[in-house]
Amino acid sequence: MSEILGLFNYWVFVLLMVIGFYAVIAKPNLIKKLLGLSIFQAAVFLLFISMGKVDGGTAPIIQNGNWDAVFSNPLPQVLILTAIVVGISTLALGLAIVVRIKEAYGTIEEIDAIASGEATQLQQDSGESKQ
Amino acid sequence: MSLASQLPALQVAVPMLTAPLVALLRDSHLSWAAAFAASAMSFVLAIAITGQVIGGETLVYHMGGWAPPFGISLYIDELSALLLLIITGAATLTLLAGRGSLEEQVGEARMPLFLAAWLLTLAGLAGIVVSGDAFNIFVFMEISSLATYILVSGGPQRRALTAVFKYLITGTVGATFYLIGVGMVYMMTGTLNIADMEVRLAEVSDRNVVYVAAGFITIGLALKAAIFPLHAWMPNAYTFAPHIVTAFIAACSTKVSLYVLLRLDFFVFQKNLVDHELQFAYLLMPLAVIGILYGSIAAIFEQNLKRILAFSSVAQIGYILLGASLISVAGFTAAVLHFFNHALAKTALFLAVACLGLQFAKMRLEDLRGVGRSMPWTLAAFAGAGLSLIGVPGTAGFVSKWALIGAAMEKGAPGAALVALILFSSLLAVVYVWRIVEVTWFGHGGEQAKAAGGGPITEAPLWILTMTWVAVLANFWFGFDSSLPMQLASSSAEEFLRHQP
Amino acid sequence: MIELFGVFLLALAVITAIGVVQARNLFAGVMLMGIFSLLMAATFFLLDAADVALTEAAVGAGISTVLMLSALALSGAEEKARSRSRILALIVVTVTAATVIYATFEKPRLGDPNAPVQQHVAPWYFDMTQEAIEIPNVVTAVLSSFRGYDTLGEVIVVFTAGIGVLFLIGAAAPKGRASPSQGDLPVGLKHHQPIRVVGKLAIPFILLFAFYVQFHGEYSPGGGFQAGALFAAAIILYGMLEGEATALSIIPAPVLFAMSAGGALLFGGVGVVCMLLGGNFLQYDVLLAGSPVGAQQMGIIAIELGVGITVAGTLLSIFFAFATRDQS
Repeated sequence: MSEILGLFNYWVFVLLMVIGFYAVIAKPNLIKKLLGLSIFQAAVFLLFISMGKVDGGTAPIIQNGNWDAVFSNPLPQVLILTAIVVGISTLALGLAIVVRIKEAYGTIEEIDAIASGEATQLQQDSGESKQ
Repeated sequence: MSLASQLPALQVAVPMLTAPLVALLRDSHLSWAAAFAASAMSFVLAIAITGQVIGGETLVYHMGGWAPPFGISLYIDELSALLLLIITGAATLTLLAGRGSLEEQVGEARMPLFLAAWLLTLAGLAGIVVSGDAFNIFVFMEISSLATYILVSGGPQRRALTAVFKYLITGTVGATFYLIGVGMVYMMTGTLNIADMEVRLAEVSDRNVVYVAAGFITIGLALKAAIFPLHAWMPNAYTFAPHIVTAFIAACSTKVSLYVLLRLDFFVFQKNLVDHELQFAYLLMPLAVIGILYGSIAAIFEQNLKRILAFSSVAQIGYILLGASLISVAGFTAAVLHFFNHALAKTALFLAVACLGLQFAKMRLEDLRGVGRSMPWTLAAFAGAGLSLIGVPGTAGFVSKWALIGAAMEKGAPGAALVALILFSSLLAVVYVWRIVEVTWFGHGGEQAKAAGGGPITEAPLWILTMTWVAVLANFWFGFDSSLPMQLASSSAEEFLRHQP
Repeated sequence: MIELFGVFLLALAVITAIGVVQARNLFAGVMLMGIFSLLMAATFFLLDAADVALTEAAVGAGISTVLMLSALALSGAEEKARSRSRILALIVVTVTAATVIYATFEKPRLGDPNAPVQQHVAPWYFDMTQEAIEIPNVVTAVLSSFRGYDTLGEVIVVFTAGIGVLFLIGAAAPKGRASPSQGDLPVGLKHHQPIRVVGKLAIPFILLFAFYVQFHGEYSPGGGFQAGALFAAAIILYGMLEGEATALSIIPAPVLFAMSAGGALLFGGVGVVCMLLGGNFLQYDVLLAGSPVGAQQMGIIAIELGVGITVAGTLLSIFFAFATRDQS
């Protein structure tokens, strides 16, 4: 039982990673892609925080001057604090780009197809102007 | 503490802390002056650092005074110094050349924010190169990526937005893959410091986790370095970015990811994992070969000048990778030389594109027919840098291709096939460069297609033209006397290969 | 028992994540994403990561939900197209998943005190915090001193995002009453008296909590990030209740931007001062002659303040940039 529970968090990390990654690749809606990216990143947070846990430990904040208690590892927590902030920064920038795309194209779906269609359109236009 | 010992920290801190000041300055002239001063200062610092490390010295700097592996340390050897020269040199030259072009393409009102992003890109890239800590590299990777997205999104066409969105998604997935890989190595070793990882990984090198970690790091960085077949984000990002931005990032941003890949793979994994150098070679050499052929052929069939050069970059990244995947001192030297020489050629080429961009809104080849007659200096510069891209003797490009051929020859029969490939792909480069030269000098009927107003096409302003020629002449100078890059390249190759088991 | 509760939370998180991906209505997707973040925050709390839990709740469930909703208001809330290239995506993710699961079997088990992660640098951080910094929150000690350079980098990332959003969708300009397109439409939630009264009652407490988290971060979970996010949340709440224009008349956009740049400069400035006093970049020991421990604490308080100011200023700039963008 504990053998399975001991790896459970890592399997959830894999599942969440896969769910988020799938949304990033397969969903054509740009907001959906960003949601998927957030899930993907949250999975990584879980990976790091799980590896820092110590059985019977507490949060690495010393209470009543007792430095000898069992504490979980502070370093992964510090790294993930950074990663969370990086995540929200990327999300904010991504959303700003989505808003601009919506204003420029009128849609946030299948934007690749529209953009490459525009390229063909351009070539046709220039072809006409040649004659 | 003397100033000389503070150089590694200053290399990052100067552009990084000038950026908020630049953003606060409301005036586009003042912020340009501040941005240029910080950029030029970084270049001077890079030269000073190169002076300190040349000859085999390694600079280690303890951030916050905490020794590694507990604190974050900076670690600068000759390869880092070479990359610093490329990054700060490209940033300074393109910024100096590109003021007019940027004001036209980005607009004066948004210029302070844009220049802050420029400095942050510079600070982020420099921060990656000098860092000796795997997680710290992730943080600076994100600074440089976010700032680069801002620079690319400044492009005047609306397709810049879709290109940058794709870049953002790919870049974030790549960085997150890298973070997963670093997390797994940390899980097995308990350290984030690269030098310490190298030592501690030996005990656990037989675990699957470590191989999977190496895989995640390689794929994540390959995405960011636009290694074939993970290059899909790159041609559009280069094409729709403002021309000066393309000149800057084409010179250094993918190379920095490649640098991190080489650094981690050679220092941490190849030493500890059994046969990992063969895995590295067997995975990356085919990709390099296909990337060279695919990039060169795709460049031949492209209709847009910037896309031609972007696909050529896919091929050039292949050359660097090919050299590194030979796993020999000669091969690594060639790869490092090509870092430098390709940056020289691409900066010059994209600066020439920026000169054209002052006259033409779009870079379609058919619009550029016969433009060489109106803008002879620009197109002559383009042709000169094109020679270096092809690798004609007498140019910088020749030096690295010659080194690569020499390294391939060491490998016997398969090496001969690689030599044939290099020669063939150089012929392909002749084809796509010649096509541009032919259209621009000997084509007819394109002059009417000038997009901005109906006036006659005139030569680019003297200032940007001078800077473009500085870049072109640098290609010839380093083709004539390549001792500086050669020395940095060969001794960093020896250092990297020393980490072989 | 507590382990089973953790399993339950993570199972819920997986289900919620699937719900986020499957939701055709993006509004529902964003709300589910908020719940997902709360579940993750609870999990982090169970795993002894109080600081991370607080941040994930404030940033993941709070601020990012608000930003997502503001963006949806501008970009439309319905997902129209179906997934494409499903097969390829499934292949890619299955291969990734299989590789990682293959790797997990040789990972140290959850909570194993002998895992390599717990051995090498981790004990050193406890010893050195006790010896050289003397603050109870070891996470804060690592964050702001031992790895303070990462934290400076992260503040710069936030600042970069702020620049990017302003570059892309413009500095926030007050509209509301002045804007003709707004007309007689209710601004904010002014006409919903109960929400308004209760909401406004909450604001001073959130602000108070933000300041507590800022200045008590050395002793309990918290610090600049969490405080900045909470401060921003209080102002955002005010803006939602009273209209963005009113909120911006209290803290104008240029002030927010100055905060965003100023906090980063304060942090970096501390680093430079350390250099001028003869130390390395961010080596706080040298700030006070004769008292390295006091100097460490002083440095930590100063840089945490810089973090808080930048995070609050940037998150608010970003929020107002979205909220006041013309929807036409």
